[in-house]
Amino acid sequence: MRLEDHLRARAADAGRKTALVCGDRRISYGEFNHSAERLAAALAAAGVHRGDRVLVFMDNGPEAALSIFAVWISGAVLVPVNPSAKAGRIAFLLNHCRPTAIVTQSRLAPVVADAAQQFPAPLHVLLTEPHPALPNAALFASALLAEPMSTIDDGRQEDDLATILYTSGSTGDPKGVMMAHANLDAAASSIVSYLENTTDDIILSVLPLSFGYGLTQLLTAVFSGATLILEKSFAFPYAVFERLRDEHATGFPLVPSMVAMMLQMKDLDPALFASLRYVTSAAAPLPVDHIRRLKDFLPGARLYSMYGQTECIRATYLPFEQLETRPGSAGIAIPGMRAIVVDEAGKPAESDTVGELVVSGPNVMRGYWEAPEATAMALRPHPETGALRLHTGDLFTADADGFLTFIARRDDIIKSRGEKVPPKEVETVLHALPGVAEALVAGVPDPVLGQAIKAFVVLADANLTERDVLRHCARHLEDYMVPKVIEFVTALPKTDSGKLSRRLATEMHSTRKGPDV
Amino acid sequence: MMGNTGTEIMADDTKTAIRAFIIENFLFGDDNQPLPDDMSLIDNDLVDSTGILELVGYIEKEFGFKVEDREIVPANLDSIARILAYVDSKRAK
Repeated sequence: MRLEDHLRARAADAGRKTALVCGDRRISYGEFNHSAERLAAALAAAGVHRGDRVLVFMDNGPEAALSIFAVWISGAVLVPVNPSAKAGRIAFLLNHCRPTAIVTQSRLAPVVADAAQQFPAPLHVLLTEPHPALPNAALFASALLAEPMSTIDDGRQEDDLATILYTSGSTGDPKGVMMAHANLDAAASSIVSYLENTTDDIILSVLPLSFGYGLTQLLTAVFSGATLILEKSFAFPYAVFERLRDEHATGFPLVPSMVAMMLQMKDLDPALFASLRYVTSAAAPLPVDHIRRLKDFLPGARLYSMYGQTECIRATYLPFEQLETRPGSAGIAIPGMRAIVVDEAGKPAESDTVGELVVSGPNVMRGYWEAPEATAMALRPHPETGALRLHTGDLFTADADGFLTFIARRDDIIKSRGEKVPPKEVETVLHALPGVAEALVAGVPDPVLGQAIKAFVVLADANLTERDVLRHCARHLEDYMVPKVIEFVTALPKTDSGKLSRRLATEMHSTRKGPDV
Repeated sequence: MMGNTGTEIMADDTKTAIRAFIIENFLFGDDNQPLPDDMSLIDNDLVDSTGILELVGYIEKEFGFKVEDREIVPANLDSIARILAYVDSKRAK
């Protein structure tokens, strides 16, 4: 089933039910669908056709949710972008997937205007409110007056691409994960089944819709007819918790850094969370100690530990009743999918033996956008059947009962605040700063962030300060990629063969680690 | 000069200190960006969730009182003006 058909079905069977709550606004399923159909018509009139890409670059809010479904109704492919992205990132995306249109908001207009100068093709811009940086942009207010776009026969099918989710690889440029409607339909339906979501659920999400785990909150809400409360950020945890209490939220998706913040708060009243039926954790493994403390703090809520990656959205979950006996496990494959640990030859590994997790099922991506080599590395044929399986690059073990445990990532990707940070991308920016001779970036353990980004820098200009370096990074990198710590060193750690070593850098950090980190 | 009461001088010093902390820590010393007193720190992407915790740590240390978890809300902390009003109200107690 195509994704917009789920929204149409909700508008038909529960049109008056509240779909979205954002700030003071409450939007019913009927209004949600109707407004999305109008926006879709405006996009179509501006030249967006089946298969065209459309960037949605917005904060969490009603406009973002409407835009996402409008893109699908128009038949186009959604490319969601983190609202903290800088112009360089947007310019890369424009030139990489060559969208027909971008939907954004006035706060981000200067960034878009800057990026658009680096993109030669015509680009239709749809803005929530006017902004002088984009004088020719179309506006939401007039787009919402368009005649609603109903079903049109342009040959669309569920195997069409629904989205390209950009993810950061270990080397080189970001890769665009191509998900068809059928992929997201399968993944979200599976999640709804194991979380047992129903029309009674009220899900509160602070996760950006540009992030797979955030987008699935919108999809699972629409699939089950639940209400989704969208918050822009978790910067004020207590305000979010009061919202959760006031709206009687039943579901609360978390990432490990949010759990760490919750557990750091003293005198936090469990009564704020009394309405919660479940909480989920994904994006990075939650420390077992945090799982225990969270479980003790929220005895009435089911806690689901989950594992996934953008390439398949979600791969495993731990049934909540297993949490007592296997707290450190990532669980089993989600319903309808397979997830097994294999050895180097691609054959099932012995139990309790470390191997790579491979995933198969209708949730697995179609490949990376215009990157056949990377696709061939990730999607490899089963040694016997030849069916394509997703090689996650993550190392796991499976116990005798088939329960999986995450061991480590195969590559050097830093996971900070639940976001993936490829060291190379940060190093590229550092190297662009005059006065920096050499730089190496590694993840170091951090109680709140999971990993903190640390940059080891060899200076060519001794007058350069830590602040100069951080300021440069903040100008050229998305927030979560800006290093937390800069250490000036006389030489970067190298292996005997002379290759730069992130592992040695991390070890260097742990032996020198002071009370500052 | 005569018109300045002690409280006003104190409020000015507090505001200067708060502003300096924000520029130093969230703008990495870049004071060329406009930073009006009523500008939302969150909506304008100056501060994220870890930044708020740093801000709370600074307030506790600098002004010598404890910030309760339930006081860590936008109404108290989301602009220089709000932080100033919050700090003043706590000190008045």
